[in-house]
Amino acid sequence: MSVPLTLLGLLERRPSHGYDLKRDYDAFFGRGKPLPFGQVYSTLGRLARDGKVVIGEVGPGEGPDRKRYVITDVGATEVDTWLTEPVDPEPHLQTVLFAKVVLALMLGRSAENYLDTQRAAHLQRMRELTEIKRTGGLVDALLADHGLFHLEADLRWIETTVARLDALAKEVGL
Amino acid sequence: MTPIIEARDVVLSFGETPALRGASLAAERGEILAIMGPSGSGKTTLLHCLAGILVPASGEIRFDGQRVDTLNEARRSTLRRERFGFVFQFGQLIPELTAEENVAMPLLLAGVRRAPALARARPWFERLDIAGLEGRRSGELSGGQAQRVALARAMVGEPEVLFADEPTGSLDSLTGEQVMNLLVASAQEQGTTVVLVTHEARVAAYADRDVTVRDGKVFAPAPERVAS
Repeated sequence: MSVPLTLLGLLERRPSHGYDLKRDYDAFFGRGKPLPFGQVYSTLGRLARDGKVVIGEVGPGEGPDRKRYVITDVGATEVDTWLTEPVDPEPHLQTVLFAKVVLALMLGRSAENYLDTQRAAHLQRMRELTEIKRTGGLVDALLADHGLFHLEADLRWIETTVARLDALAKEVGL
Repeated sequence: MTPIIEARDVVLSFGETPALRGASLAAERGEILAIMGPSGSGKTTLLHCLAGILVPASGEIRFDGQRVDTLNEARRSTLRRERFGFVFQFGQLIPELTAEENVAMPLLLAGVRRAPALARARPWFERLDIAGLEGRRSGELSGGQAQRVALARAMVGEPEVLFADEPTGSLDSLTGEQVMNLLVASAQEQGTTVVLVTHEARVAAYADRDVTVRDGKVFAPAPERVAS
């Protein structure tokens, strides 16, 4: 999750104070990990330095929350580019799972036991996400779905790898 | 606590081909248990043994502590009809009957008269969000609608155990999700135990617990470890 680009995106909706940005970020993107105020203002400071936001009207009183931030054309272009470009589809060939399986085989340990344990952990997390989907709102369901599909892909890899462990052991020189 | 349904060291072959090689599992009352495994692993055969459809060559099947595998076909048939419910991959509705007649069928077979049977069937249409489809025949239903009718048919007799074999296997993922939500909600409301066979992890994730069948044997996940 890119915090600067997400805040910029929120600012494209309308000019906002730092407090409003934090509230909206936490509501839609925080998912139990709120953005610290310090990070909000330091990010906004960097965006202002880079010409992506400017400080609009300043309200009465003191402190950073008097400032209202407005996105610039440069900032809006960056948001537009970010929202239209695909994320690099990473093949994940060097994941921790892969490394553990190969190392387990190299060290003569049971890769199958590891994969069974990993599989159980994945399914437990999938149960938790499914419960969130069943009891939460649509935003929660969409996020849970994203996690579920990725975990499911991992599980398919785990199942296929279990079936190929003997061949894999030969391949890595055992 | 006595498991509601249990397999002990079950062995079964089809001709020379072994399907189950000492499979054991147990489900508690009200539990939703997923049986996973690759194609041909024996998971559907195990479900059929648990449900009294197949009789193992050796080992035991128990329902509520009583042996099922030693019952004759007539008594197993009665058990299936009166205590169990079934949902299969393809709804397997009777095409000549309307949807509500299909739902009422287990009650009719159990000797309930037509009018009260249909009266008990109808609320399920509202409950499973298929109200208005009561008079349609299976050819006039979408896959998701037909599967909801099949779920209603399985649940109308208030079974103690619901056996579901790939209940979303013929549905797209969103429709399958709706069917699973309804299946789980219905089972939880009625305290029904569910034995769910699936090869899809996303479907198994609706269960309280999962086991895997490989080469005719049941593997349960290792118990969770306590961090030291």
